[in-house]
Amino acid sequence: MPNLKDLKNRIESVKSTRKITKAMQMVAAAKLRRAQESAEASRPYAARFNAVMTGLAASVGGSDSAPKLLRGTGSDDVHLLVVMTAERGLCGGFNSNIAKLARAKAYELQAKGKTVKILTVGKKGRDAIKRDYGDLFVGHVDLSEVKRLGYTNAQDIAKDVLSRFDGGEFDVATIFYSKFVNVVTQIPTAQQVIPASFEDDASGDDSGAIFDYEPSEEAILADLLPKGVATAIFSALLENGASEQGARMSAMDNATRNAGEMIDKLTIQYNRSRQAVITNELIEIISGAEAL
Amino acid sequence: MANTMQFDLVSPERSLASLEATAVQIPGADGDMTAMPDHAPTITTLRPGLLKVESPEGSSEYLVTGGFAQINGDSLSVLAEKAIPVAEVTRSHLDDMIAEARASHEAAKGGDDQTIVDDAAKLLADMEALGTHMSL
Repeated sequence: MPNLKDLKNRIESVKSTRKITKAMQMVAAAKLRRAQESAEASRPYAARFNAVMTGLAASVGGSDSAPKLLRGTGSDDVHLLVVMTAERGLCGGFNSNIAKLARAKAYELQAKGKTVKILTVGKKGRDAIKRDYGDLFVGHVDLSEVKRLGYTNAQDIAKDVLSRFDGGEFDVATIFYSKFVNVVTQIPTAQQVIPASFEDDASGDDSGAIFDYEPSEEAILADLLPKGVATAIFSALLENGASEQGARMSAMDNATRNAGEMIDKLTIQYNRSRQAVITNELIEIISGAEAL
Repeated sequence: MANTMQFDLVSPERSLASLEATAVQIPGADGDMTAMPDHAPTITTLRPGLLKVESPEGSSEYLVTGGFAQINGDSLSVLAEKAIPVAEVTRSHLDDMIAEARASHEAAKGGDDQTIVDDAAKLLADMEALGTHMSL
């Protein structure tokens, strides 16, 4: 039976933990709103971009003159996994879910005899994968100094990936991130960016129009494909940002609630012990008086 | 004939403009062009330059770099990697862009692909011309 002082200390410590988690939850909620706003602001660009690329890729994609970024290198022996996670922890299963997906993919590819290379974005994912696949790391992008994600961050990552592609370091690149659905649901997602594949998710309203291209279709495609990689990475980063805050918010909400329950339980225990002590003292006094 | 068309200017980070325009001058990769309502459907890539929008409410100008424009007859979408309203452009923006262009020019010089070097040189010249044009 812990004594009263221990219990009291314990309650105080849980209370301060609750204060911290509550504060973190509120900070995450505020950041989530901002992250969601920027994710939404980027959607029109990505949607239009993909719509145009889908049309272009469909008309040029079949030919042999199509750029490598669209057609691929002709083999798929070397895979680059770009694992994008958060720089900070305490956000529930967010980082570990992405890492798990990436690990499963790496395992699957290795089982097929492919070479796997891993590029990590964000410290937490790197730590999570290091133990199993640390020897496969080819690079790391640190975003811990970045206050507000900008398109330039995505461009830098894309530039890194593209220069490796041009150098013939890999054939297929896949990015791993978490898609934001709502505060409680984030789906870890793998998306292939090189060779580019464009899903036909556009409403298809302009599919009927025949466009003039200036300069040629091929030149436009060659110009836009690298931008497509940057765009994909940018939207992944933003989705990730929103997912991270969402995950942290619900994790901290849980933690706050658990702390509250713990405090209630400890308080009851504390009161009971106090009562027992008082009763004990009374008994001692009474029996002492009776003995006289 | 409709005398306005839906004009949208979006950058990856935000949507900058969405309005009815009568004419838009686009800095196309092969030269400037002005799109008016009922223009033939065209897709063109952009070179860094000024995008001039004429609308019934007045005209506005944006500094755009890389990206493309999609002309649809009754609508026009410009997707620029970077787009800044001219009023907000400062010398430092331009300096950054020129420095970037210069760096890629320097990097290209090392290589043996002449077209890349030419492209980079042109980009650099475009940037500097832009600065002079805007008298910054």
